[in-house]
Amino acid sequence: MAKRVSLFVTCIVDQLFPQVGLAMADVLERVGFEVDFPEGQTCCGQPAFNSGYWEEARKVARCFLDVFDGEGYIVAASGSCTSMVTHHFEDLFRHEPVRLEQARRVKNRIFEFSQFLLNVAKVEDVGARLDAVATYHDSCHALRELHIKDGPRRLLAHVRGLELREMDPPEECCGFGGTFSVKFPEISGGMARTKIDAILRTGADTVISVDSSCLMQIQGAMRKAGRNIRAMHLAEVLASR
Amino acid sequence: MARETILHRVRTALGRSAGQDPPPAPPARIRIPDVSLEERIQNFRTALEALAGHVFVADSPAGALSYVAALIEGKSAVASNAPLLAEIGVPSLPGVHAGIEEREELRRLCASADFGVTGADYALADTGSLVMISSKEEARMISLLPPVHIALVRKERLLTSLDELFAVEPVPSARTSSMVIITGPSRTADIEQMLVRGVHGPGQVHAIIV
Amino acid sequence: MSLIPETAIRNTLADQRLQSAIYTATGRLVEKRKEVTSPAVLPDYQELRAQANAIKKHTVENLDYYLELFEKNVLRNGGKVVWCRDATEVADFILRLAKERGARLIVKSKSMTTEEINLNERLAHHGLEAVETDLGEYILQLAEERPYHIIVPALHKTRYDVAEIFTRKLGVEREVVIERQTLIARRVLREKFLAADIGVSGANFLVADSGSVTVVENEGNARLSTTAPKIHIAVAGIEKLIPRAQDLATFLKLLGRSATGQPLTVYTSVLSGPRRAHEIDGPDEFYVVLVDNGRTKLLADVEKRQSLFCIRCGACLNICPVYRKIGGHNYPWVYSGPIGAIITPQYHGVMEDSWLPFASSLCGACEEVCPVQIEIPKILLLLRAEVIRAKAREGKDRLEKLTFRLWAWLMQHPKLFELAGTAGAGLLGVSAEDRWIGQPPGGLAFGPLKAWLSEREMPAPAPKSFRQLWRRRRKAHGA
Repeated sequence: MAKRVSLFVTCIVDQLFPQVGLAMADVLERVGFEVDFPEGQTCCGQPAFNSGYWEEARKVARCFLDVFDGEGYIVAASGSCTSMVTHHFEDLFRHEPVRLEQARRVKNRIFEFSQFLLNVAKVEDVGARLDAVATYHDSCHALRELHIKDGPRRLLAHVRGLELREMDPPEECCGFGGTFSVKFPEISGGMARTKIDAILRTGADTVISVDSSCLMQIQGAMRKAGRNIRAMHLAEVLASR
Repeated sequence: MARETILHRVRTALGRSAGQDPPPAPPARIRIPDVSLEERIQNFRTALEALAGHVFVADSPAGALSYVAALIEGKSAVASNAPLLAEIGVPSLPGVHAGIEEREELRRLCASADFGVTGADYALADTGSLVMISSKEEARMISLLPPVHIALVRKERLLTSLDELFAVEPVPSARTSSMVIITGPSRTADIEQMLVRGVHGPGQVHAIIV
Repeated sequence: MSLIPETAIRNTLADQRLQSAIYTATGRLVEKRKEVTSPAVLPDYQELRAQANAIKKHTVENLDYYLELFEKNVLRNGGKVVWCRDATEVADFILRLAKERGARLIVKSKSMTTEEINLNERLAHHGLEAVETDLGEYILQLAEERPYHIIVPALHKTRYDVAEIFTRKLGVEREVVIERQTLIARRVLREKFLAADIGVSGANFLVADSGSVTVVENEGNARLSTTAPKIHIAVAGIEKLIPRAQDLATFLKLLGRSATGQPLTVYTSVLSGPRRAHEIDGPDEFYVVLVDNGRTKLLADVEKRQSLFCIRCGACLNICPVYRKIGGHNYPWVYSGPIGAIITPQYHGVMEDSWLPFASSLCGACEEVCPVQIEIPKILLLLRAEVIRAKAREGKDRLEKLTFRLWAWLMQHPKLFELAGTAGAGLLGVSAEDRWIGQPPGGLAFGPLKAWLSEREMPAPAPKSFRQLWRRRRKAHGA
């Protein structure tokens, strides 16, 4: 009997980049997992939390906890959404003991996609093929809160036909930052352009990340600059055959 | 008044009361590696030369003296009252003013001298540093005003690093009002990040290990 | 002023030369810091950070004890301690002392605390000449500007700017060679050092068990300011305390490396009182001015008091992608960058520059490089929540609150959420192939939509959301 995982696709993937969710499901099934999608899910509450609206964030986070209550793994499509759950739910619910306990339990069950493949499924080669010259963008929350750095690179190393080049300088923020991107659009845009320059310098035709929000920022800015570099979520790359 | 107010504010903020002992502090972190003298000398040289300092390892007091003599030839120098300098014979070199114990005279001479020659209480191998402790033997200005600083240090005083310095001098105020750790020549990069040496302190440093 | 300084920020972003200067200067410092804290060069870097954090935490949590211990030892060394609640008291003390001693000229070495309290302005107002002697600060003093960066104050100035300032203020012939400009400053300032009545310094660390003031620098101006004049006054915030001289072994290893990539700065002075009887030179009088100026306010907040651990290295500024775009002058106070963003609201009140905690993408690079492990992103989040609560109380920004309320409501109703997505896709009427839009339909952009589209294209909602596709997929798989 195949092991079961629940998908947390995140609000942005659900509405804007559904193919990422499908790709995740494909890969997870390929490596032997049965995938379900709790339909009650919407969002982790991060946009409100980051904007200082903790009351509103709590409401959404409580829904999340109810939808994903139970046992079994949860695989999330985004580093920042995962770290919202694992690192910040405890801030939100510090005065609600029942919810706090729920948050602590879910913390141990939820994994960002690449983390799940490597640490739980214990697989590095998912049989993917993609002919491309790519560079990997280290999403800030994934990098600094979840310590996701080598993992995706190890997974990408097994993708046939893929040449991976590193950006210089590495690890710089793309400038999304949630509502920061619309509260301070010019700074955000400036940061995006710096990121794009670094990407272009690698000569890559594809930029890969574990966070769709970063990809949205990067691709959006690329397109505005008239550049045509493809932005792919790690799941989409790994799902490619 | 202000003192009482501030202390009161601090205590209120922390929920502490006057006279309350603190819990024990985390122990100070002092790590002293076991490094041979040879290696320390080598490390010291590497570190200080990387900063454009000059290092000379004298094979004898006479060797140290000729190095100094060659440097300051024809120029003026102020020498501190460090016993090491007297032992080696620095005060009797031509152009050297030594034995000064009066502040104003010292400042006047330092302001116009080409060289300041001092001892050094310690040297630190890891960083290529000299440690100058103000005393009746060592005045502060000599290693500060003249554009070139020459320091002679006994090799037994060459410590491994800062850690060892604070192990041997755990309370600097016990014996001096001023302990200065000098690591290379004075420098700045304040204008367009361009490195310039000798801004206010000496632009050249010579360390002679004896 | 709680409005975002949009025009000023826009101008900074548009100034190519300035952008290049900021980026290059900070980039260099980032590279050097990285090198000297790398595992190969400093294998116990992370341990040292943890140790520094632990010591600062202990000291700050027992600050009254260490303040008194420090004072006792300063007195024992023959020095004096002056406690000042605010900027005015500091200036008053110095003015009074200057008057008593007939002092006219003060030389100053770099001290962010004295910038914070506007000391020079207050002294000048009473006819005391206070000359900045750090080269960057000196240039800025002549230019009448405030620092651009905690460590490299004049990073925004070119040699041509400096040439112009020197000619205009010093009357020297125009000189554009940097080395010669430095010599001009050296010459002018040397006279000041040797003629000054009082030397005012900051303090990087106040050492409690030794009663010592530690000052680090590269130029030698702090040494001269604290050696040549007969009076030395060290001005320091009360949070500068560390328990023992031995703790300097930890902090000095972190400060130089984090600030400029130097294992040690050129000069580290540990000054403990006026010159002793047997010493030949040094000041006759030694004062340590302990400044509160709001620090006790920060101390009272258990979660945010770690902001006081800061050793003013500037590493967070150098790595911050926001600082690197907007530079130091767009921050409302003398402290800029991430540290400025977290302490300014704490000192001035969150509503004073309420935009400041939001001017961050929360990338966390600052926390990663902070030698004392201050949780800067966490504090930014706490401040944001405080701003929102304050706005709610004051009835400000109701529209934003309503938006988030609506958003939260929508997110609690998955079916409506789905509907909203479908509606959005329909409204924007884009095909499945090319969902990126650069202009909204009918030019109807406002608020966040307009802000986003001003800098990037935007994906319209997918014609079919994931949950819709998922249902289809499940059916196809016969589930």
